[in-house]
Amino acid sequence: MAGPLAGDPYGALVRTGPGKFLAARTGLPRPPRLRRYEEGQDLLTGPALVTGLTGAAHVDAVRDALRTAGADLAAGTDVGAATLGALVVDASGLRTVDQLGELLATAPDFKRTRGRLLVLSAVPAAVDGPESRAVQQGLEGFVRSLGKEARGGTTVNLLRVADGATTSLRSAVQFFCSARSAYVDGQPLVVGPGEPQAVREHRVAVVTGAAQGIGAATAEVLARSGHHVVCVDIAASGEKLAAVANRVGGSTLHLDVTADDAPRTLAEHLADRFEGADVVVHNAGITRDRSFVNLDEAAWRSVLAVNLGAPVRLTTALLDHPGALAAGARFVCLSSMNGIAGAKGQTNYATSKAGLVGLVEALAGSLSARGFAVNAVAPGFIETPMTAAMPPVPRELGRRTSSLQQGGLPVDVAETIAWLAQPDAAGVDGQVLRVCGQNLLGA
Amino acid sequence: MLGPTGPASVPGRDGCDGGAVLDDLHVSKVPRTTGIGYPEYLLTSENFAHSDRTGDHVTRRAAIVGGNRTPFVRAGRRYAHVSAQDLLVAALDGLVARYGLAGERLGEVVAGAVLKHSRDLNLTREAVLSTALDPATPAFDVQQACATGLETAVLVANKIALGQIEVGIAGGTDSASDAPIAVDDGLRRVLLELSRARTVGQRLAAVSKLRPGQLRPDPPRNAEARTGLSMGEHAARTALEFGVSRGAQDELALASHRNLAAAYDRGFFDDLLTPYLGVQRDDLLRPDTTLEKLAALKPVFGRDLDGEATMTAGNSTPLTDGAAAVLLASDEWAAQRRLPVLAHLVDAETAAVDHVHGEGLLTAPVEAAPRLLARHGLSLEELDLVEVHEAFASTVLATLAAWERKGLGTVAREKLNVAGSSLATGHPFAATGGRLLATTAKLLHERGGGRALISVCAAGGQGIVALVEA
Repeated sequence: MAGPLAGDPYGALVRTGPGKFLAARTGLPRPPRLRRYEEGQDLLTGPALVTGLTGAAHVDAVRDALRTAGADLAAGTDVGAATLGALVVDASGLRTVDQLGELLATAPDFKRTRGRLLVLSAVPAAVDGPESRAVQQGLEGFVRSLGKEARGGTTVNLLRVADGATTSLRSAVQFFCSARSAYVDGQPLVVGPGEPQAVREHRVAVVTGAAQGIGAATAEVLARSGHHVVCVDIAASGEKLAAVANRVGGSTLHLDVTADDAPRTLAEHLADRFEGADVVVHNAGITRDRSFVNLDEAAWRSVLAVNLGAPVRLTTALLDHPGALAAGARFVCLSSMNGIAGAKGQTNYATSKAGLVGLVEALAGSLSARGFAVNAVAPGFIETPMTAAMPPVPRELGRRTSSLQQGGLPVDVAETIAWLAQPDAAGVDGQVLRVCGQNLLGA
Repeated sequence: MLGPTGPASVPGRDGCDGGAVLDDLHVSKVPRTTGIGYPEYLLTSENFAHSDRTGDHVTRRAAIVGGNRTPFVRAGRRYAHVSAQDLLVAALDGLVARYGLAGERLGEVVAGAVLKHSRDLNLTREAVLSTALDPATPAFDVQQACATGLETAVLVANKIALGQIEVGIAGGTDSASDAPIAVDDGLRRVLLELSRARTVGQRLAAVSKLRPGQLRPDPPRNAEARTGLSMGEHAARTALEFGVSRGAQDELALASHRNLAAAYDRGFFDDLLTPYLGVQRDDLLRPDTTLEKLAALKPVFGRDLDGEATMTAGNSTPLTDGAAAVLLASDEWAAQRRLPVLAHLVDAETAAVDHVHGEGLLTAPVEAAPRLLARHGLSLEELDLVEVHEAFASTVLATLAAWERKGLGTVAREKLNVAGSSLATGHPFAATGGRLLATTAKLLHERGGGRALISVCAAGGQGIVALVEA
């Protein structure tokens, strides 16, 4: 896998002495070095402060979540003290425009935070009264703006906490405050109720398109968290796929996800050999970029078939086939920032990726009744063979137009997928979570 | 036959022709043993009376779980710069990945190569150390010319049948591109003498024996040690003896290409093959070849014989690089892993003929098959599939004709090499057995059961046949 800033010569340059000096003097972007997950690392680089504003209901739960994950908690009134590793502001109880002013009091703590800022809100649609809803909705703008002001790799995200979201809230707080969420920035996420099913001893995940890029990274992170990973890709990618599977102690399945019998083959494979999958990651994707007027039928059909048709058909088959899914199974679809924002030359690709958002939203309710959950992850500019093939100017723009001023790595997307696959994230359902470093596109 | 006691003289059957020391068992399902450590059934005669082993169930049949191979490539092309060991590692790693065996200790890995460098004395063990398998997996090499690949499977299956191991991999590899080139034998003797020399005088004496002609390298030749004839020339003599026509050979070659192409097109090889170095299919495959194209080729073998020369580059296999591996296990091991069993390797028989004194070099399977089928009371008509290794199209046709003459029955063409064979895939000598066994097992599994015979001829006048059932 590429190291940080591999293939990003500018990012590497401005970390050298002369490059740093020049960039500082000319006001050019200076992408920070992001702290990413390493085995045995502390959750945070400094103590965490949890602040409850009027009506805050989750302060104790958040403190407990952080303490459980090994974080030191700073005293609430300890203004001006050492740098904070994380600041969590529970604004979920704010109901009036006046009360929004309490946010101002958190500014000094925000200033001394180097790491993670997390704001907790209510689900706006679930609060009573126009003003309450306006206030809660307003927090999104607050968070998105703070994300753009934060420096040094600090991320700012918003958790919209639904009633009864205990386990999922703890899981979300731990993820968003960890290095695993390094490239998730400026995003809102609804955290709902939902308790994990009995966790199997041998968990099984299936990842399509696992031979390289985000798929290979996802296989690695899922294996790290104890899954046997069934690595799926077309037979032509078998050599790389075998290397990935052997590295992560998983297994391979050569499968063209668009083939007529692919859904049955996958369902039987999972049922017969593994007693069902706990995690299904629809990652296989292709691009055939061309302006709409020059797009031929093959370029349209192949992109839609792989990126959208296959997840629809495979998901349906797995849900229908007895034993193909284990209790509490999770689906994660790989959408895309370009599916949300649109991109020149990508009508086919963006259609497919926006379609996945619809698939997730449509399935969410019906699946939760069976104890399953489905979510999408929408990567922004990620350093992969796909983006390496872009022309230099759009590629450089793609990197620098995010709040973190750099492209993400496949592992950043993989960490988010692996979190959504965690049993204790059961209450996160029907969500689309961007992993984009708060890119300007479509935000 | 390994057995040190009486039963060793009984015709071999899989599993029953063992007798190796059983003191290192690490499995629970072991046959009853006598005080001296040999399975009791080896010492009783009724177990050898017939082939049906359902009664006492003293041995078990080895399950063929699956296979993996590299695409086969004509020598000197895409695999020109990799070794036989590299190829074997690729085949093994693909198999390990397909069945999720990374980090596992297997009972044994057995493989071999026909063309071996002197450094390859422990080829399979060295290959295992480069794979994702647990380094605690033992391995050994086998050499039986082109019968190597199938013989390794028989050896692994026998150990499984005897309960000595639960799971093993059999395979083979060959690189004709990376063939060893020896130094002249005279030069070799001088160098050895020089290394033994202790005094200046002895050294000078040794060096004085150097001759310019000794610098000529000694590449391997595709010639029989005792006849000096190439394999093709031997086959041409057999073709003439059996009156195998050019047209029949070309038709067989055409069928091989068509069958292989069709098998690829329907995804048959998706779980039998892993691409290597960007190669995704056997590069000898010519899906669009025709009888006309094949008929236009000039004969290359048998041109000096007293009869029509019929063997061409189109109906003979060229030198090829590649490797293949097969996963064999006990049914219990497979069930524990929830791995479907494709078929069982039921029995095998090797034979040899006296090619030095006129018998056809590649006709040993003509002798081996009747012995094997007799043991099971079968005729060729009772088989559902027959795989005859296509060293040369004429070899296959001569073998079928000889079986017919022996009253063994005829092989219907729709049962013969139905997913293509060596003429289309190519023939990396030791890899062919693994290709055949995995392909056959999957074919039987696909048709929901049945029996198949695999036949492979080999240099040195040897041959091996195996019976596979699903």
